[in-house]
Amino acid sequence: MAPDQNIPESSQPAKSEVTAAPQASQFLRVTSRADRTASSVFIMPSVLVVLLLAIFPLIISLYLSLSRFKFVKGGFEIKFVGLANFHKLFFGSEQKHFLGVLAVPSVVGWMVFGSVIGLLIYALFRGFIQRRFKARSLIGNILVFFFLTALIWLIIASLAPQGRPGTTVVTLLYVYIDIFIQYCIGLSLALLVTQQIRFRRFFRVIYLIPMMITPVGIAYMFRMLVDTDKGPFQPIWQALGLGLFSWVSNPWGARAAIMLGDIWQWTPFMFIVLLAAIEGQSVELLEAAYVDGSNRWQAFWHITFPQILPVTSTLVLIRMIEAFKIVDLPNIMTNGGPGTATESLTLQAFITWRSLDLGTSAAIAYTLLFLVTFIGISYVSLIRSRVAGEL
Amino acid sequence: MLKSLFIRRSLFEPSIGEKTIIYLLLIGWTIVVLFPIYWLVVTSFKLPIDVNTGPFYIPFVDYTPSLHAWEYILVGDLANDTRRNFLNTLTVAPTSAAIALLLGTAAAYALIRFEYRPRLGSILSFILCLIFAIFAITLGAPWQISLGAMLALFIVILLTIGRRFKRSLKNNDIAFWLISQRMLPPVAVVIPIYILFQRMALLDTRTALVITYVAVNLPIVVWLMRDYFQTIPIELEECAAIDGASRYRIFRSIVIPLSVPGLVATFLFILVFAWNEYLLALFLSGAKSQTLPLTIAAQNATRGPQWWYMSVLILIMIVPVIIIAILLERYIARGLLVGAVKG
Repeated sequence: MAPDQNIPESSQPAKSEVTAAPQASQFLRVTSRADRTASSVFIMPSVLVVLLLAIFPLIISLYLSLSRFKFVKGGFEIKFVGLANFHKLFFGSEQKHFLGVLAVPSVVGWMVFGSVIGLLIYALFRGFIQRRFKARSLIGNILVFFFLTALIWLIIASLAPQGRPGTTVVTLLYVYIDIFIQYCIGLSLALLVTQQIRFRRFFRVIYLIPMMITPVGIAYMFRMLVDTDKGPFQPIWQALGLGLFSWVSNPWGARAAIMLGDIWQWTPFMFIVLLAAIEGQSVELLEAAYVDGSNRWQAFWHITFPQILPVTSTLVLIRMIEAFKIVDLPNIMTNGGPGTATESLTLQAFITWRSLDLGTSAAIAYTLLFLVTFIGISYVSLIRSRVAGEL
Repeated sequence: MLKSLFIRRSLFEPSIGEKTIIYLLLIGWTIVVLFPIYWLVVTSFKLPIDVNTGPFYIPFVDYTPSLHAWEYILVGDLANDTRRNFLNTLTVAPTSAAIALLLGTAAAYALIRFEYRPRLGSILSFILCLIFAIFAITLGAPWQISLGAMLALFIVILLTIGRRFKRSLKNNDIAFWLISQRMLPPVAVVIPIYILFQRMALLDTRTALVITYVAVNLPIVVWLMRDYFQTIPIELEECAAIDGASRYRIFRSIVIPLSVPGLVATFLFILVFAWNEYLLALFLSGAKSQTLPLTIAAQNATRGPQWWYMSVLILIMIVPVIIIAILLERYIARGLLVGAVKG
């Protein structure tokens, strides 16, 4: 996977003009009538399917999020109410549910906030210098900066002793804590399995299994497992004096139980891709490092890790997009409780939908969409473009 | 690559102590993975009283196993439901995965090997017209007329103002647009899709589920396969083109055979997604087209979760995918990896 094996990417005309042979671009260009037909035949079905089932519903959803749904005589009525649903979420009656109760952070909270902001300002400044004062990228960066600052403030303020995290913060916690732990476990397992050991294929197949189970099943399974009274770990809880303690009565206990289920399910995905990446790394560099007397940790940190960094960035992006949609686990394990402590954004939208408040439900879904899109784009433009090149 | 390394050098050989630690850690995680499944198996053979009176671990020692749950699910009262839902899952998941793979692969290939330049102006005007049409429909205009008016307006705009906009999109933008559909939370689109299928009288049919899953999984296919196709040397296709092969022929006879690992991995991936999907199925199916995840959730009845039935159903559900996964395991890593490292 050496960089010089890269074939020219048609998607980047500037690059391909430099590296590709002239015939290559000839082949890419659509010239004849037959080519034109072929190009439509290839792409049109997908575009149409996505248009029909994503764009069309998206527009209707947007309209729903700006309206109120109610039953009237002989059917239902959808009344346009402007931004009232969003107002309700951000400032009105749903604010505590959606954003959480914000409080003044503790000293530790202030310290964390200060250091993160310092880091962000540093990154902004560096990017500013590196890009030679281009106005457009600067505006983009400043936007991202303010957005991230607001998010971090939201997290820290609602996690403060007097505060209470809303569904947005809970979702962010699920996504990032889960991805971090999944990545760490997946990477360690992949490193262990690539050592010179036997039964490698056996471990690989076994470790893949959790990914194949339906999230609904996993949720019920974990509900059985974390039961402190009848679950399999009952003797352990008993010994710890937690015999009749219920995870679900404690907000952090319930969140931990849900994260446990998510980590159990998605570590295999990280594992299997990282394993392939580690097996595909260039061996000569590693050999040279060992001959020069570096130890395992140095070899990993300076040679293996940089090589799997592009894979890492893609993995995190894929998982991030999927993890924001977490709904089955909290819905089944805790039904969002205690209170709303474990509710994710998707679950909140689902519960609101179930109570027939279609407008608010669509507004929540739309906010989630904006959140994911913005975080995704910031991630791609700030981190991933540096690590792995273009998207 | 790794094998040759080990033959050449013993530098990487872990010492006995290290090996012990490695094995212990690996076996530890194996237990973490397998114990929940073992617990499912054990629970599926328990009577309700065995579940409710505390943890029992080993059949025949701690408690007397019973086949009642398996009987209930497979030949007893729930047998018809199970069979129907199993058949539904068995038709919906592979069909939707196959269609998504077919369409997505073609689109991914096209995004790599053709240059598209759709005008930004025409796309924007199309979306604008669509919004107008939807507004008209919601305000009570008949949908045939509003759609016709929308098309007419679109063509007029395209022929007049549309030509002025010279800015056009590139392949990357189309790809990003397709991929970004994966970011949509299903809740955001499910209500309109529900209404759409209701209008088309497709609610509670397998067709509706297949169509939805195709749309949901297409972006993943495009994403993974696009990166995969970038690794296929273009020279082969050029030679074929010079020899007079059409684009379709090149795609069928050269590109597809070369990308089997990627295709298999992607197929397995979206098959698992469709097989396990719960939320969309919950919205779109009534009694007839239910899939197995719904059956599992349905065991949480008024008398509380029926753990023994659930265990049986989960086990029934995971056996087919695990068999497929074991058979195709060698492809998964290769297929996904190339997608991830790009090159």
